[in-house]
Amino acid sequence: MTVRIQSEPFDAGAELDRFTRDASGAGAVVSFTGLVRDLDGRLQHMTIEHYPGMTERAISDLVAQAHARWDLADALVIHRFGDLGPGAQIMMVATASAHRAEAFAAADFLMDYLKSRAPFWKKEVTRDGADWVAAKDADEEALNRW
Amino acid sequence: MDVLYFAWVRERIGAPRDTLTTQAATVMDLVEELRAREDRYAAAFEDLSALRVAVDQELTDFDAPLAGAQEVAFFPPMTGG
Repeated sequence: MTVRIQSEPFDAGAELDRFTRDASGAGAVVSFTGLVRDLDGRLQHMTIEHYPGMTERAISDLVAQAHARWDLADALVIHRFGDLGPGAQIMMVATASAHRAEAFAAADFLMDYLKSRAPFWKKEVTRDGADWVAAKDADEEALNRW
Repeated sequence: MDVLYFAWVRERIGAPRDTLTTQAATVMDLVEELRAREDRYAAAFEDLSALRVAVDQELTDFDAPLAGAQEVAFFPPMTGG
């Protein structure tokens, strides 16, 4: 299991290559990369705040839950904080398992829970001002799937 | 006890943390103490349905006990991912 919370950019391709190589006996690797939306060109940057300490604990706990539910060979979560420009890579999740169904399900589970149970807060800064992104009811409802 | 604030809660209060001594038995008791401090606290804690709370870095409820707690954090619903 790898969990990294960092301000600096990461190379999703290189991370996935390394993860896949390390999990080469697994059979299936699924990955997701989240990007900063440009809001039709209006976004200047997004600022992501987090709760150092709790963030690492909360995500490690989610990964442990995923391991308990699915037969995973490995899991990777990288999430950035700080100021990110339009199109920047915010985060990535990768899961490795013997079969794709488990790898997909575990990655989907991790994404749903990272959205509303990992202590990050996004602020969008545009020419018109800066606004905290509100949590969506749909994000909370998505947890009921699990 | 350290009390931490994040996102717009931090902005509304104007500080990322307070270190205080409290006899508050529950999170709700602590909220009432903070509300009584100054208007900026009252404003931040006006609508508790818009807030979440963690005690010692674990999400919990406003009726959670504070016995032995070292760190309480208040913040809006999380928007990770």
